[in-house]
Amino acid sequence: MESLIIEGTSKTPNVVFERDNGKLEIKGRSIPENSIEFYKPLVDWLEEYAHSPLDRTEVNVHLEYFNTSSSKCILDVFKKLETIHKNKYDVQINWYYEEDDEDMLEAGEDYESIIRVPFKMIEIVD
Amino acid sequence: MSFNINEYYSNLSKGDVILAYKGSITSELINEVLEAVEGKLEDGNEDGKTRKKLYNVLVESLQNLYHHIEETHEGIDEDLDPKFGILVIEKDSDGDYKVITGNFVSVVKTKFLKEKIDKINSLSKDELKDMYKFILNHQKISAKGGGGLGLVDIARKTGKKMLYNFYDYNEKYVFFDLQILI
Repeated sequence: MESLIIEGTSKTPNVVFERDNGKLEIKGRSIPENSIEFYKPLVDWLEEYAHSPLDRTEVNVHLEYFNTSSSKCILDVFKKLETIHKNKYDVQINWYYEEDDEDMLEAGEDYESIIRVPFKMIEIVD
Repeated sequence: MSFNINEYYSNLSKGDVILAYKGSITSELINEVLEAVEGKLEDGNEDGKTRKKLYNVLVESLQNLYHHIEETHEGIDEDLDPKFGILVIEKDSDGDYKVITGNFVSVVKTKFLKEKIDKINSLSKDELKDMYKFILNHQKISAKGGGGLGLVDIARKTGKKMLYNFYDYNEKYVFFDLQILI
């Protein structure tokens, strides 16, 4: 299984899912009109990864903006991680938000309350 | 004729207009609008928080238009583009931003739309959060987008009531406008 790398655009985030060290990163903006299309490879990759995950998977989500259409797809990504965590593997989601961006913090807390995976809220100070 | 789109449009832009558009709402148009507004906000000295909220509201309201707009306008006399919609962004005298979107909606959909907005407007901050989380977790996403999360998200982010009007047009359509204060 290979790593998944998708270069970001003005409407979609940069994605780096590294198979070798279990570090997964989603960074940038996620505001495409059709989010299902964009997120399908991520969900598929995680589906396969879940068959033989590393002992520890660390997920860094650092979004500047995301639309509501992405919000459901991000939940799908997290649900895959929840499955891995349920199977007794160590999974950690780091949710980054910029200083004073309460909306983004709250969005992270919404996910934290739905998904049973340890979350860490990380404020980025300029 | 009871409602005239051009008259309506020219009456809209009264305040300090940042952007006004009428025509097809396409994916490319959304890109252009977002880019233009982002540029303008960076040039001005708007604080980051307001900038982000405005940007978010714009994305949601434009994508709502994009996903729900009528492809064609049967029986509408004026020479309208397919996927016709209106967008005005202005800053009012109190320094608040206002985003106005407008589009033709078939008469049969007005009841649903009105009830949905009224419901959202009646909810408290915590109730909106619960509603958002419920839809997020329980409703399947459709090809049309967020499965009805857009307006809830706008209401959460702005913390203000949305204003709307339905203007009678003909037997099949009404013109619907939505005004969002940020």
